[in-house]
Amino acid sequence: MTLIGQFRDWLINFMPEWAAYIVAFLVGVVAIIAFVLVMIIVFIYLERRLIGRFQVRLGPNRCGPEGIFQLIADSIKLLTKEDIVPAKGDFWVHFLAPIVTFAPALMVFAVVPFHKGVVLTDLDVGILYVVAISSISVVGIYMAGWGSNNKYSLIAALRAVAQAISYELPVVMAAVGVILIAGSLSLSKIVEAQTIPFFLLQPLGFFIFLLGSMAEINRSPFDLLEAESEIVTGYNMEYSGMKFGLLYLSEYGHTLAASCIITTLFLGGWQGPLLPPFLWFLIKVLLVFFVFLWVRSTVPRLRVDQLMAFAWKCLLPMALINLLLIGAQVLWFPKALPWGMMVVNFAVAGILILLWSRLFALGGGRVEV
Amino acid sequence: MALRTEPFVLNIGPQHPSSHGLFRLEVTLDGEVVTGLELVLGYLHRGIEKLAEGRTYIQNIPLTDRLDYLASMTNNFAYVLAVEKLAGIEVPERTEYLRVIMAELMRISSHLSFIGFLLNELGAYFTPLFYMFREREKILDLFEMVCGQRLTYNYMRIGGVSQDIPEEFLPAVKRFVAEMPRLVDEYEQLLSGNEILLARTKGVGILPRDKAINASASGPVLRASGVKWDIRKVDPYSVYDRFDFEVPVGSVGDVYDRYWVRVSEMRQSVRILEQALKQLPKGEVWTKVPGLLRPLRGEVYGHIEGPKGELGFYLVSDNSIAPYRFHIRPPALLNLTALKDMVVGWKLADAIVIFGSLDTVLGEVDR
Repeated sequence: MTLIGQFRDWLINFMPEWAAYIVAFLVGVVAIIAFVLVMIIVFIYLERRLIGRFQVRLGPNRCGPEGIFQLIADSIKLLTKEDIVPAKGDFWVHFLAPIVTFAPALMVFAVVPFHKGVVLTDLDVGILYVVAISSISVVGIYMAGWGSNNKYSLIAALRAVAQAISYELPVVMAAVGVILIAGSLSLSKIVEAQTIPFFLLQPLGFFIFLLGSMAEINRSPFDLLEAESEIVTGYNMEYSGMKFGLLYLSEYGHTLAASCIITTLFLGGWQGPLLPPFLWFLIKVLLVFFVFLWVRSTVPRLRVDQLMAFAWKCLLPMALINLLLIGAQVLWFPKALPWGMMVVNFAVAGILILLWSRLFALGGGRVEV
Repeated sequence: MALRTEPFVLNIGPQHPSSHGLFRLEVTLDGEVVTGLELVLGYLHRGIEKLAEGRTYIQNIPLTDRLDYLASMTNNFAYVLAVEKLAGIEVPERTEYLRVIMAELMRISSHLSFIGFLLNELGAYFTPLFYMFREREKILDLFEMVCGQRLTYNYMRIGGVSQDIPEEFLPAVKRFVAEMPRLVDEYEQLLSGNEILLARTKGVGILPRDKAINASASGPVLRASGVKWDIRKVDPYSVYDRFDFEVPVGSVGDVYDRYWVRVSEMRQSVRILEQALKQLPKGEVWTKVPGLLRPLRGEVYGHIEGPKGELGFYLVSDNSIAPYRFHIRPPALLNLTALKDMVVGWKLADAIVIFGSLDTVLGEVDR
C-alpha cells in the first residue's frame, strides 16, 4: 500500500469515494511539483556555485548569504520581461513549445519511488512509462526550434531530433538489463530488488545509461542543441521572459528526472544504511547531478557526426553485448553469487571499453563538395 | 529518389559568441556541411591608417595599441622599431632587453587567451578559458606595474620605453617565469590528451604547406603547416640574435598543430625570458629624441614576429612631423584569407573551430 493509498482510505471516512480519489491524487501531485521545483532551485544554485569553483571563480554571491537568492532575483527579472514572439514565427507552436517541453519533466516523477511506498502511482510498467514520457520533450524542443523561425534554432531542432532518436536505443537497452535482473518493470520493485546496487552488477549498463541520459538531457559533452559557440543558444534563442524561464526550468527538470531514474535503476534508490531512506535518495540524486556537472565543466563538445557515431558504433553494440551477457547470466546461472557476476561483468566492461577505444576513433568527417 | 534540397545560408555574426569581435561569416550549408563561405569584414573599421597620417610619430603609438588589443605591447614594439629604423635612432641596450621581455610576456598572454577561446569554441564551457585567464591576469599585473595600464599599454616609445621598471617588477617576473613551465605542463595534461579534443582537432581544417605560403600566412598558422619561418630567427631584430630558442614547427597543418605550436611557443618564450632576465644590463632607458620628430625623406618597412604572425609597419616620411603614409601589415587579416580553403567540406561546428584556430583579433583585421 502506498502512502497515497493510505491517505485516500483515510479520506473515505469524510467524503464520497470519488472525491477521496481526486483529493488524494491532487495532494500527491502538488507535493511532487513542489519537490521538483525546490530541487530545480537547488540544482541551479549548486550548478552555478560549483561550476564557479571548477572555474577558479566564486559564482553568484551577491544576493543574500552565499548568493542563495540569486535565482529569485533572476526569476523576478524573467517574469517582468517583455514576452517577444518573432514576427514571422508560428505563434501557437512557439507558445506551446515550453509547455510541451516542461510537462514531461514533471510527469516522469509520477512513478519515481522516494521511499518505500512513497510513490504517486506504482505503475507495473514504470520503466516503459518513463522512457515514453521523457522522449516527448524532444517534440517540444523541435516545436521551439521550428516556431521561432530562426536558422540557428532550426539547426538546433534538427540536431535535437537526431540525437533523441539515436540515444533512446542504447538507454532502453541498458535499462532492459536492469529489468532482467530485477524481474519487474515497476520502479518500486526494482529498488526493492537491489540488495546490491545494480551498477555493481552491470557496470557497463550503468555507463551506457549514464552517457545516454547525458545525451538525452543535452548536458555537455552532448549539448549540441544549445552549443553556444556554434548556434548561439539554439532552440531557446528566440524566447524571452517566462517562456524562456520555462525552457530553462525544463532543462533542469529533465536533469533532475534523469538523476532520479539513474538513482532508482542503478544506485539502489532510497536504500542505504543508517540514514533515513529519503535522505539517501537525495544524496544519490545530488551525487549523479554532481557527475553531470563535473563532466560539463571539464570536457569539450562532440561534433554532430561524432555524436551519431558514438551512439551507433559505441553505445548501441555495447548495450547489446551487455544485454546478452546479463540475459545469459540470469538464464543459466540464476543461483550464481552476485559477487561472481560482479567480477565477470566488471572485467567484461573494462575489456569492451578498452577494445572500443582502440577500434573506433571519432575522427574524420570531411565531405567533398 | 533523392530529395530536392536547397542551400541554407547562415550568417554567423556580426553578433555571435565566436566571432572574436565584429565579423560576419556568410556560410552556405548543406545540412550541417559547409559548402561555401564568404568573409564579410569591416565592421570594426576605424580608419587607423588614415588617422595616423594626421598625427605626429609619437602620437601614433596609442593608435597601434588599438590594433590587436590582446597584444598591444608587440604592436607598440613593431611601430617604434619601424620609426627608429626610419629616423636612424639607436636605443640603449637596457631598453632592448626590456622590450624583448615585454614582447615575450605579451606573446605568452596572447597564446593563453588563444587556447582559452579555442577550447571555448570547442565547447568546453569556459573552464579552460578561466584557467588561462588566471595566468593572463598575472601578466597583466606585471604590465600594470611597469606602465599602469592593463590593456592599452602605450609603453614603448620612440628611442626608449616610457619609464624604467619599478623594483618590484623583477622579482615578480622571475616568480612568474619559474612557475610557468609547470602550469603549461598542467594545461597540456588537461587538454592535449583529451579524447574529445583530439577527435575534434586532429586532421580538421588542414592548411597544406603550399597553400599556406600562397596565402602569405605567417606566424603559428604558417609554422603549423610545416614552414620553419620565424622573423626572430630569419631577420633578427632588437637583441633576439643573443638568445637561444627553438622554433616549433607542426607537421600536418591541422587545428591541433596550430594549438600545439602555440603551446610549444609559450615554453620557448619562457626560455627567452629566462635568458633575457639573466642578461638584463643596467643603465639608461632613453635616448634623446626630439619631441617633434622629422625623419628624413624616405620609406621603411619594419616587421616583427608578433604572437599572431608577421606584424609589419610600412612608413613613408616626407620630412614632416607626421608620416606621409602609414600602412599596417596585419597578420590576422592575411591568415584569414586562407580560411575558405580550410573550412569548405567540414561541418558547421568545425568551421567555428577552424576560424578560432587562426587566432583572429578583429581590431587588427579591420584597423
